[in-house]
Amino acid sequence: MSIAPFLVSLFLLGYLDKQFKKISGATASSAVLRWLLLGCVVLLCVEVIFSADSFTRWIWDAALILLAVFMYLRADSLHTRTVLSGVAPFITLTLFSDVLEITSADNYRLWDDYIETAFFFSFLWMGAMWISHNKQQKALEKDRIRRDFEEAENKAIAQRKEQLEIMVNERTQELLAQKESLQKALEDLSLTQNQLIQQEKLASLGELTAGIAHEIQNPLNFVNNFSEVSAELVDELREEQQKELRNLDNENQIMEMLKDNLGKIRHHGKRADGIVKGMLQHSRTSSGKMESVDLNALADEYLRLSYHGLRARDKSFNATIITDFDPGVGSVNVLPQDMGRVILNLLTNAFYSVNQQLKTQPAGYEPTVWVSTKKLPRQVQIIIKDNGLGIPAKMIDKIYQPFFTTKPTGEGTGLGLSLSYDIITKGHSGEMILKSKEGEFAEFRILIPAV
Amino acid sequence: MKILAVDDELDMQPLFEQRFRKEIRSGQVQFAFASSGEQALKYMEANDHEAVLILSDINMPGMSGLELLEKIKNNVYVPPPVVIMITAYADAENHQTAMKLGADDFLTKPIDFALLKQKLNLI
Repeated sequence: MSIAPFLVSLFLLGYLDKQFKKISGATASSAVLRWLLLGCVVLLCVEVIFSADSFTRWIWDAALILLAVFMYLRADSLHTRTVLSGVAPFITLTLFSDVLEITSADNYRLWDDYIETAFFFSFLWMGAMWISHNKQQKALEKDRIRRDFEEAENKAIAQRKEQLEIMVNERTQELLAQKESLQKALEDLSLTQNQLIQQEKLASLGELTAGIAHEIQNPLNFVNNFSEVSAELVDELREEQQKELRNLDNENQIMEMLKDNLGKIRHHGKRADGIVKGMLQHSRTSSGKMESVDLNALADEYLRLSYHGLRARDKSFNATIITDFDPGVGSVNVLPQDMGRVILNLLTNAFYSVNQQLKTQPAGYEPTVWVSTKKLPRQVQIIIKDNGLGIPAKMIDKIYQPFFTTKPTGEGTGLGLSLSYDIITKGHSGEMILKSKEGEFAEFRILIPAV
Repeated sequence: MKILAVDDELDMQPLFEQRFRKEIRSGQVQFAFASSGEQALKYMEANDHEAVLILSDINMPGMSGLELLEKIKNNVYVPPPVVIMITAYADAENHQTAMKLGADDFLTKPIDFALLKQKLNLI
């Protein structure tokens, strides 16, 4: 009876079914396998009922060989190698014993014991291989689980990465938008700054206007007066010429005076012209071009303008001005409008300061402003000093900050010193040094390169 | 008549000399000039206050015309000189201050020389 081949076939079919399910999960092959299982059972029943052992054993052998060949062919995809090598001895032995039985019955009987033993060992082998296979399967399973886990992990990482990517994009967009709005704000600010600078210029022009009017009035008076007296002199000359006894000395003297007067008219005309030009220059935006300028004349001009400007607005104001212009300074390369604004600003501050000081301590106080220039070996120095309020030590760090002002609201823009500082340090590569003692004096020392 | 003109504008000197050419030549008036209040005081001291009329500009660097006026009027000159103030700033405040300090007259720039001569004739 072929119990063993039947069991081995069942076992192999069951095994194959499991392997198929494992790799594909599908049940497509299960139908075929079920039919084969049924075939095995039918075959065994036929064999038992009809005692057709001598015939069915060959069908068993064929079935086992087919299974073995199938397993061999699909060894890689189904991982059947171990099981195949487990059943191979049994199949070979079955085939061998069957062939031996029909070819030489005598020998078979003689060898029967050995064959029985061999079968026993082939079963043992099969068992051992099965155990080994299971172990292998477990290891593989573990490996697979680990790989699945890794894969899942990788997937999760990839997903997280994608999320991060999206977040980064969003953040980038946000930052870009922020950058743009900041840039816009910066543009607005620089526009505002320019407007403020313009405003500051206009404010200082306002401070100048009264001074300018006064300064222009004087030369115009001279022009008018000298042309009038010249007309009188011409009349006198004519009278002189018609005299019988001509006084040539007197005539020459008159003519000399006429010539002088014309010179004076021209001089004062030019003076007024220069003031108007200076005023226009002051209100214009800086040309940004360095020009060779008589620094002493520039300082003197702005000194007069600022003094008369303040004087015109505050009639009670008066201050002693002490100037010390070093003729050695000569012409210096400066941005004339800008430098003029710095001097004007410092002087306006100085006058304001002494005026404030005068209000608080009138007894014996002499408001004084010093303006001096000096040629140093490599630099030109301008000092503007006053004996006014002075600057408290705690404010010294702040005075160059834009919008910092101690004047009441509406009186100062707070940009004067900050602009002046920029003009000296950035525009002229110079230095602006402050020395002050609260309640006693303030001294601004400007140093610019002498070229 | 001796006149001391005080003005920081140096060209005031030739202007006065020409405006008063006839009067100077006829010896009616004599002029002295000072370009600052300090100089004017020095002249007054040095020349034993010869000047009988002082024309002073109010706006000058250093000692202002008003300070000069105050000093002159506080000094006990005999006889007290006549002081006429001249200024470009013809505001009421200046005028009042000058009058309070003892100015004898007040003129505004540009100087009306015809008017000035008229006033001088009255002195």
